[in-house]
Amino acid sequence: MSPRLKRLRKVLSPPTVKGFKPFGQDVVIDKKEPIIIYYEEYEALRLCDYDKLNHHQASVFMSVSRPTFTRVYASVRQKIAMAFVESRPMLIEGGKVYFDSDWYHCNTCHCYFNNPEKNVAITVCGLCGSQDFINFDFDNTENYFDDDRANDICICPNCGLKKQHQLGIPCSEEICPVCQNVMKRKRKNEYK
Amino acid sequence: MKIAITSTGNTLDSTLDQRFGRCAFFVIYDTESKATEFIPNPNLEAESGAGPASVQLIASRNVNKVVSGEFGMKIKPIFDSLKIQMIILKEPEKTIKEIIRILNH
Repeated sequence: MSPRLKRLRKVLSPPTVKGFKPFGQDVVIDKKEPIIIYYEEYEALRLCDYDKLNHHQASVFMSVSRPTFTRVYASVRQKIAMAFVESRPMLIEGGKVYFDSDWYHCNTCHCYFNNPEKNVAITVCGLCGSQDFINFDFDNTENYFDDDRANDICICPNCGLKKQHQLGIPCSEEICPVCQNVMKRKRKNEYK
Repeated sequence: MKIAITSTGNTLDSTLDQRFGRCAFFVIYDTESKATEFIPNPNLEAESGAGPASVQLIASRNVNKVVSGEFGMKIKPIFDSLKIQMIILKEPEKTIKEIIRILNH
C-alpha cells in the first residue's frame, strides 16, 4: 500500500540563495556530500526562528497541522546541526511545497489581490485604492464563492416566521418560538 | 504604471474575461498616459501551456498589475517571482471601462 500523500506546504518567502558551503577548513578533505534542506524546512526555520512565531502560528502560515510543522522543524534543526558539525555544504531544494504570497480581500470593490513585494506592507487595495480590506486565506475556501448556504432561511410552515439559518443546526431541530412547530429550510434561490 | 486586464472583446464595452491564460484579449492600460492597448491573445487555441505563455506576453510589456477572474496554480508562482500584483475580480459582467474607472479611483 502506498503511503498517505503529503499535504502541500505553503512557502511564502523562498530563500534567495541555493545553498551554503563551509569555508576555511584546516585540512582539505575530499568533497563532502551536501545536506539537502527542503524548501518547507527552510520556511519552517524562517517562520519559527527568524520571525519568532510559535509552532501553531507557523503551521497556520504553512497550511499544515501543528504536529507536522513540529516534525519539519525538528528535521531542519537536525540537518543544520549535522551540516555544522560535519562541515558539510547545505543545498536548499525540493520538498513538497507550493509558493504563494499573502492574499487580501477588498470590501469596497470585492476583489482579491496579493502582495507582490514581500518586504513592503500593503496599504491600499490594488484595484480601487480603498483602505477597507482584510487578510484572506485562499486555502480551504474552495466553495467560498458559491456557498450561499449560510444565507438560507429557516421558516415555520405554520405561521410563516422566518429566521436566519445557522450552519450546523438542522432546521428540523429548530422549534418555532411562536407556535412551537418544527421549522423548515428555505433556500436562498427558492426564496428569490 | 501599466495594468493588464483580461477582456472578452476588443472594445471598452467588453466584459472582463474570467480566464487568464485563454482570454480573448489583453488590455494594457497605462495610468499615466491613460492609453489603452488591446492585444489579441495568441494562446487562445493553445492545447497546453497557455497560462505561462500569456504571462510571458504580459511580462514583456512591463506590467505592474494584472486583473482577471482567475489565476491557475501554475501562473501564481510565476507572477509572484516577477513581482507582478494579481487582482482577482469575480464579477464577469464588469466592463473594461468600469474597471478602468475603478482603477483611477
